[in-house]
Amino acid sequence: MKKIEAIIKPFRLDAVKDALAEIGVAGMTVSEVKGFGRQKGHTEVYRGSEYQVDFLPKVKLDIAIDDERAAEVVAAITKEAHTGKLGDGKIFVSDLINVIRIRTGEEGPDAL
Amino acid sequence: METHATRSKTIPTTRFKLALKSLQVFLPVFLMFAKATSAHAADATLDSGDTAWMLISTALVLFMTIPGLALFYGGLVRTKNVLSVLMQCLALTALMSVLWLVFGYSAAFDSTGMEVGKVGLHSFIGGCSKAFLLGITGDTLTGNIPEVLFFAFQMTFAIITPALIVGAFAERMKFSAMLWFSSLWLILVYLPICHMVWGGDGAFFADKGVLDFAGGIVVHITAGIAALVACIVIGPREGYQTTAMIPHNLTMTLTGTGMLWVGWFGFNGGSALAANGDAAMAITVTHLSASAAGLTWMGIEWIIHQKPSALGLATGAVAGLAAVTPASGFIGPIGGLCIGIVSGAVCFLASTSLKRKFGYDDSLDVFGVHGVGGFVGTLLVAVFAAESFGGNQGSLNIGSQFGTQLCAAVVTAVYTGLVSYILLKGIDKTIGLRVTAQDENQGLDLALHEETGYRY
Repeated sequence: MKKIEAIIKPFRLDAVKDALAEIGVAGMTVSEVKGFGRQKGHTEVYRGSEYQVDFLPKVKLDIAIDDERAAEVVAAITKEAHTGKLGDGKIFVSDLINVIRIRTGEEGPDAL
Repeated sequence: METHATRSKTIPTTRFKLALKSLQVFLPVFLMFAKATSAHAADATLDSGDTAWMLISTALVLFMTIPGLALFYGGLVRTKNVLSVLMQCLALTALMSVLWLVFGYSAAFDSTGMEVGKVGLHSFIGGCSKAFLLGITGDTLTGNIPEVLFFAFQMTFAIITPALIVGAFAERMKFSAMLWFSSLWLILVYLPICHMVWGGDGAFFADKGVLDFAGGIVVHITAGIAALVACIVIGPREGYQTTAMIPHNLTMTLTGTGMLWVGWFGFNGGSALAANGDAAMAITVTHLSASAAGLTWMGIEWIIHQKPSALGLATGAVAGLAAVTPASGFIGPIGGLCIGIVSGAVCFLASTSLKRKFGYDDSLDVFGVHGVGGFVGTLLVAVFAAESFGGNQGSLNIGSQFGTQLCAAVVTAVYTGLVSYILLKGIDKTIGLRVTAQDENQGLDLALHEETGYRY
């Protein structure tokens, strides 16, 4: 099993979610996060005072998936979250040791 | 009725004299004033139209503080202090109202022992015969509105003036110190200045011919100067200019701006104390000044920072509202427009370059907007009240009136500054002015009130 964490631009979330639903991803967790990469931050000006805002709002998706479908999921996210500009985000893929469905107690791939 | 020597009474009399001088040229104007004067002479009849308008104005001005100003300020502070600012405005509303009943109204508007040209104690402060509104019933009249309505209308002014100062020491003053300072300040600064300007015949500034229709001196200069002194005495917020102190919710601030703007129609329009042409002109020039000042501030920002900002537009509008206040009953639409443009530009400079140059932390720009705006309006009324500039003050001598206005503004500023300084120092030495650094970092909401503004 793989855990896929994708940091994307907030306004691409709906497109990414639809694309993942289309290829049969059954669930995901979404959080509003802040961070920076090469895009860096931006400045904001209030009554003439400039503030450097380093952390930009992004959306993070957490998806647990079978090993064989991981590449497909990564490809779907990459395609839909892509704008070609700095700040499109990153996808982290890691090995997932176990998954437990709380309602039934099922473990491993059965719990996905 | 002699105790009601308020603006409604003094202003038409002055105008009456001025109109006489230029009778031939301004015959229609004269007739209008003659009518107004005879209405006063008839006396002691309640005018339901005037009363209705004053009831509405009173509600509008209260609405400026709660929630207008509270939201305007609340949005500008950080999340951890939002409740403290809202609460300060609400608590001051309650406290100032009680003080106003106990002796505030009497000290400001009791005209016992006053006569034109006589300088004595009562030129500077009223008597105490109206304390607790003793002897005043629903049938007692001030001009042609119930006196209790005049009391309530003026009470809303006594509420918003100390509430304006809150913005200067936001995010760091102890709640108890804030209550003490505001109460003593109302007594020692607001009441005498209010009396000197609006106390009627025999009041110090009124006798000198100072023009302040709705509170450029009484409200905005006093609050603005006290704000400047307060932010210097208490010192800057922890991390000022080294950490970002970004307004946490400009949606709130813009909502509050709208309420202030609309409420100001009651503030300035209501200061005519009648539902008449003066009130109509006052709300019109008020609106025009706010519009012109908002556009000016926005335009300057657009040029300097390449982007027009919502906060800039809102702040400019409030500056225009503050500046037109002393002039609103005396000027015409062009005057409103001009005062708006000048105040938009001058207040922008005061709230940005001037503040940065001197490094004081007037956190929400009370001095830059209200103090400076009040000054601009108080001086410019001398120009735009003149008939040649579209005003209604007949053959007013611009030069000498300018001198009178400048004198009154400077005397008020010096007096306010001095008394505010002594009060703040005194409070600092006794109960302490400022919260601990730890409380300040935690935020006043939690540290002082054990609550938070938001739960999400």
